[in-house]
Amino acid sequence: MAKFMLILQGPPDVGRELSPEEMQRKVEKYQEWANAMRASGRHISSEKLGEEGGKVLSRRQGKLTIVDGPYSEAKEVVGGYFLFRAADYEEAIELTRDAPFLDDFQIIIRQTDPTGCGGE
Amino acid sequence: MGGEPPVHELVEHLFRSHAGQMLATLTHVFGLEHLELAEEVVQESLLLALRQWPFQGVPDNPRAWLIRAARNKALDALRRRAVLRRKEPELQRRLESRQTQADLGAPPEAGALADEQLAMIFVCCEPELPAGARVALTLKAVSGFSVAEIARAFLVQEATIAQRLTRAKRRICDAGIRLAVPPAAEIPRRLDTVLQALYLLFNEGYAAHAGEDLVREELCVEAIRLAQLLTLRGDTRLPAVHALLALFYFQAARFETRQDGAGDLLLLADQDRSRWDGTLLSHGVCHLERAAQGDELSEYHLQAEIAAVHVTSASYAKTDWRRLLDLYDQLLALAPSPVVALNRTIAQSMTAGPQIALVSLDRLSDDPAMKNYYLLPAVRADFLRRLDRTAEAAACYRQAFALPCSEPERRFLLRRMKAM
Repeated sequence: MAKFMLILQGPPDVGRELSPEEMQRKVEKYQEWANAMRASGRHISSEKLGEEGGKVLSRRQGKLTIVDGPYSEAKEVVGGYFLFRAADYEEAIELTRDAPFLDDFQIIIRQTDPTGCGGE
Repeated sequence: MGGEPPVHELVEHLFRSHAGQMLATLTHVFGLEHLELAEEVVQESLLLALRQWPFQGVPDNPRAWLIRAARNKALDALRRRAVLRRKEPELQRRLESRQTQADLGAPPEAGALADEQLAMIFVCCEPELPAGARVALTLKAVSGFSVAEIARAFLVQEATIAQRLTRAKRRICDAGIRLAVPPAAEIPRRLDTVLQALYLLFNEGYAAHAGEDLVREELCVEAIRLAQLLTLRGDTRLPAVHALLALFYFQAARFETRQDGAGDLLLLADQDRSRWDGTLLSHGVCHLERAAQGDELSEYHLQAEIAAVHVTSASYAKTDWRRLLDLYDQLLALAPSPVVALNRTIAQSMTAGPQIALVSLDRLSDDPAMKNYYLLPAVRADFLRRLDRTAEAAACYRQAFALPCSEPERRFLLRRMKAM
């Protein structure tokens, strides 16, 4: 089975205006989806990215530049990712179409390159 | 990755009750003047859970996790503010003890935690504050409701609630109100406004004045939880607190039967008494017994007894209306109110007949507090209906229908109008 990465991209302040009760409801909704993913055996890993810090490295003409960013003030930031197994894009979309994250985030799905060493 | 993590279910209202407790703890450390900073820290720590848990799964001990998050956020906040930095050891100490309790699985209301929350309740219900602000502030600072939720509960604009809260917080600072449970000698006096706020809170949930839901149960549940907190300490566990709790439980026992399957209002006479919640009723009886210890007779005692007469009667027909009339008379003498007087006329209509009750009712109609109260014409309509004065009854139902009330109440009035 192929590996897919689900990338959550959205405003950095999701949930800020919610009440504790509403936050809990949202957590439970997210959780239901994530748990189903885990239970199906498709889940490989998932991580939330840190909100502070972040470095952008580049090298031009042999000179390494390191700048801070991307800033959390940015309108759209990558909040985190899920790595999971699916047969193809069609199935990956099928698994993701009801993800509650879509209430708050844009979801980007990318397949890891199946021809590389990492492919299965 | 190894085996999949176990799935943890969150305790109902965990975030909300955690928010209330954490806010109380942080406000004790930061000082009342930094209530808003404490609110921010609590919000930030919950946000962290919202953002992390979907990826990592819910932690083994969510409450301990949330406390740790709050501690980190609170320390950040302290370090950013030079004036607060010296409070760091105190904050560390308090949060460590919370952490330990949570790790050990101790109930969240244990000991010091309850005291901190009680102190917050007393601050929020300070007699210095306007009555409306007390309930709003209690919901915000003790119960973890948002401005939007409070606005929804009381059917007022968010801006109105926000303004009420801002003013109340400013008043607390200006008046130099202390964050502490009052000394024992002052508690009976200070409890007045606390019980009044809880009573309002419960009533708001029990008899919604407008909107779709007849019962906004959450407000009632919260009123019960806060009243329970008062029973955790010897000096706040006064008979009136038990009386109020008895009243709450008696009313709550009937929640499920106040509406039929279609969400339509069912009057006491038509409710299926076998479906009243036996556990809640027995809680009510238990608190009523405790309320009877001592020689205090508060309005809540009388209200609870009135509720007890209803819930302990085998059928509507067997209701002891004479006893109710007597209780209403006592209540009117102790705490005169047009709403109580209105309820009294119903008991009177069952003992002396609707003709006489109608005369009592007419005396109430000039009261300005009754001007927009739909129950006045609705009760009048009922008396007239029982006297076979159908045309007049229909006119009164129409009059009631034009006044503000909840949707189920409106549908009820409509059904009655059609039946005329």
